[in-house]
Amino acid sequence: MTLLQLDGLLFLGAFAAGLIGALTGLGGGAIIVPLLTLGFGVDIRYAIGASLVSVIATSSGAAAAYVKEGYTNLRVGMLLEVATTIGALSGAFVAAYVAPNVIAIIFGVVLLHAAWEGTRRHLDHIVHGTPDHLATVLKLDSTYPTAEGPEAYQVHHVPLGFGLMYVAGVLSGLLGIGSGVVKVLAMDRAMRLPFKVSTTTSNFMIGVTAAASAGLYLHRGYIEPGLALPTMLGVLCGALTGARALPGLKTRKLRLIFSVVVAAIAFEMLYNGFSGKI
Amino acid sequence: MVSPERSDGTAAVRASGHAADEERVEQMVGNLLRTGVLIAALVAFAGGVAFLAHHGASVPAYHVFRGEPTMLNTLGGVLHGVAAFDTAAIVQFGIVLLIATPVARVLLTLIAFAMRRDWMYVVISAIVLGALMFSLLGG
Repeated sequence: MTLLQLDGLLFLGAFAAGLIGALTGLGGGAIIVPLLTLGFGVDIRYAIGASLVSVIATSSGAAAAYVKEGYTNLRVGMLLEVATTIGALSGAFVAAYVAPNVIAIIFGVVLLHAAWEGTRRHLDHIVHGTPDHLATVLKLDSTYPTAEGPEAYQVHHVPLGFGLMYVAGVLSGLLGIGSGVVKVLAMDRAMRLPFKVSTTTSNFMIGVTAAASAGLYLHRGYIEPGLALPTMLGVLCGALTGARALPGLKTRKLRLIFSVVVAAIAFEMLYNGFSGKI
Repeated sequence: MVSPERSDGTAAVRASGHAADEERVEQMVGNLLRTGVLIAALVAFAGGVAFLAHHGASVPAYHVFRGEPTMLNTLGGVLHGVAAFDTAAIVQFGIVLLIATPVARVLLTLIAFAMRRDWMYVVISAIVLGALMFSLLGG
């Protein structure tokens, strides 16, 4: 296959990943590495570099819109980025000493978890109780827009959220993904933020988290322009198309189908990791 | 990566509970991110067209990891390559601009917190900025 043909196919594959990622809210970044390694036989290190670059593009592009709508909690994002960037640096640092097939196995486990989360329903559980002391000191409590006007919410369990964000950062730096699933988990379930605030703030943080490890990967020679370019443009165009296509569309069934696909990819990654094929 | 749930009809329900200057910062951050991604994608795309015109017929061997040459894995190398009109370096420059976009966003929020004299968050932003600069420049 010539470079031109490869880049054309990569663009189409990445476009599909970005489109489905935006439609399901599960993100396409996590399936970019399997697409490149399992689908195109690319070395997992180049795949991780291309994936990181794509993750920065889509998250920054989407965050641009969401931050203007007033859902994103800038303080929560900024505070937790301390944990995710340091986590991402640790993950990218450790990645140099971990065998590619071990990375594939960890990848498989993370994908299985993402597939499981994709099947769950999300309910807002806003707690109006005693304000959390640490959250008050850090001025984290805020409001978000709802159909009935702005609604106030409180932030809880800051240390637990911070710890989970470090883990999200490590996974992002190690695997070249945005690890939005873990980020949303930390804010939605641990810190009790409204779901919409959690997803938009997670998205806001993903670009910074990915940029923290992307610099290290650039110096290590993981970012190959011939691969990163078509992947980045494909995911970006796919995500923008998806975001434009479906305000209000019922995506639950699509989420379930995509979760099954992600689970299948997870097993494929695990198999390739354990058999040493990656 | 999880992209957020879709928003619906948000313009109408835009919070009025937000302080006006907080909203201004949000607008500026949003514009910065959009402009950064757009410029980065355009530079990379333009470089990519020229790159493929030169190398499109070659058969790549990406199943073997060899790492990038020095010209493509340091900021200085990329800039030298761009000055010499090397097409791969122009693509890589677009990618570097993309990586720099969130860094610029952190710098912008740091300045916004400083103008509000919110020193706790100036320090928090500075830590994040330091981690990013370490990665991008040092490593």
